[in-house]
Amino acid sequence: MATTEEIRTQLAELVNDVAGVPVEDVQLDKSFTEDLDVDSLAMVEIIVGCEEKFGVSIPDEDSKQLKTVGDAVAYIESHQ
Amino acid sequence: MTSIQASQGSPYARILSIASAVPSRVVDNAEMCTYIDSSDEWIQQRTGIVERRWVGEGEDAESLSLDCGGRAIERAGLTPEDIDAVIVSTISQFVQTPGLAPIVAAKLGTAGAAAFDISAACAGFSYGLAQAEALVRSGAAHHVLVIGVETLSKVTDLEDRSTAFLFADGAGAAVVGPSDTNGIGPVVWGSDGNQADAIFMTQSLQEVAATGTPSWLHMHGQPVFRWATTAIADAARRALAAAGLTPDQLDVFAPHQANNRITDAMLRHLKLPDTVKVARTVKYYGNNSAASIPMALDAMLQSGEASSGDTALIIGFGAGLVYAGQVIRLP
Repeated sequence: MATTEEIRTQLAELVNDVAGVPVEDVQLDKSFTEDLDVDSLAMVEIIVGCEEKFGVSIPDEDSKQLKTVGDAVAYIESHQ
Repeated sequence: MTSIQASQGSPYARILSIASAVPSRVVDNAEMCTYIDSSDEWIQQRTGIVERRWVGEGEDAESLSLDCGGRAIERAGLTPEDIDAVIVSTISQFVQTPGLAPIVAAKLGTAGAAAFDISAACAGFSYGLAQAEALVRSGAAHHVLVIGVETLSKVTDLEDRSTAFLFADGAGAAVVGPSDTNGIGPVVWGSDGNQADAIFMTQSLQEVAATGTPSWLHMHGQPVFRWATTAIADAARRALAAAGLTPDQLDVFAPHQANNRITDAMLRHLKLPDTVKVARTVKYYGNNSAASIPMALDAMLQSGEASSGDTALIIGFGAGLVYAGQVIRLP
């Protein structure tokens, strides 16, 4: 089981890969859209990337609730 | 027992020629933003589209089909009488019957070629190509004209700011004929009718008649984006493998020109080498549905970006949902 920090680090790499956001900016309190300027299409790619990377399933209705990096990390932790 | 003779086809088929018809009216993002509340920057960031083509005065699905179909026959070194089947893929023949293909076959001057329309939306060109290849190899036809044509501007809802900037018009054609070597790889295709509501018309024709209001083409963008960047990227990988090619043996990648962001995501998934030339005509043509792949291939061939003999991976995907992809050798 990955720790919170391990998940955040891997998620940061993913966000960097998809949207070009510097990995150090991807902190738990950051909003994907407001702070990191991740648009809706990039968000879809990040969700799909999380599913592949962490072996979780994130249906569309759940993914809409993931506003911050912390939301996503917590979701992955509780669904691993 | 009386025996029934079987048709004798060619061992292989290939694309003999490609041509396209680019509509005359240029609609740039500035004009689009007079219809919808959006911006050039927003549209470009999410789609890569700078401008799109709409039909102008005197242009429609039939005229575009005749334009590119006629030139494809010429480029193949054939005459219309040599064409014995015409397949038109379109959602822009705005009556249920007759199909557009018989009209095009007659006006091009074929000798009463077999002719029918197919409805496979943005996958239409690859669907038509798969059928043409099978017809030539079975002997049911010798030279097949495949046309993808759309006038999506006629069903674009200019009050829908999530789709209005995407849809466009155009046509592309290919002539498929017999060959001593193979020029069309195995088709990888399928459908997911469970997502029939992802890309849809807002009303049936009966409802249009009853309400007197138009029916528009609408789309739920995010589930389609998710499907395209996962299932369809994987189908593209399988089409390459089915043809027996490795990524380094591929010259051109021409996915349906829906959105550059989908193309980018597919490239990440497929891990194609930088040497592969990638179709990006959505930038200037918009999303031309069934026409986008042959329009892209013709533009790349005419500009010299792609060359005769190149291997190209094409894949179409769209409303249905349906998809089809194959590796081809460019004429």
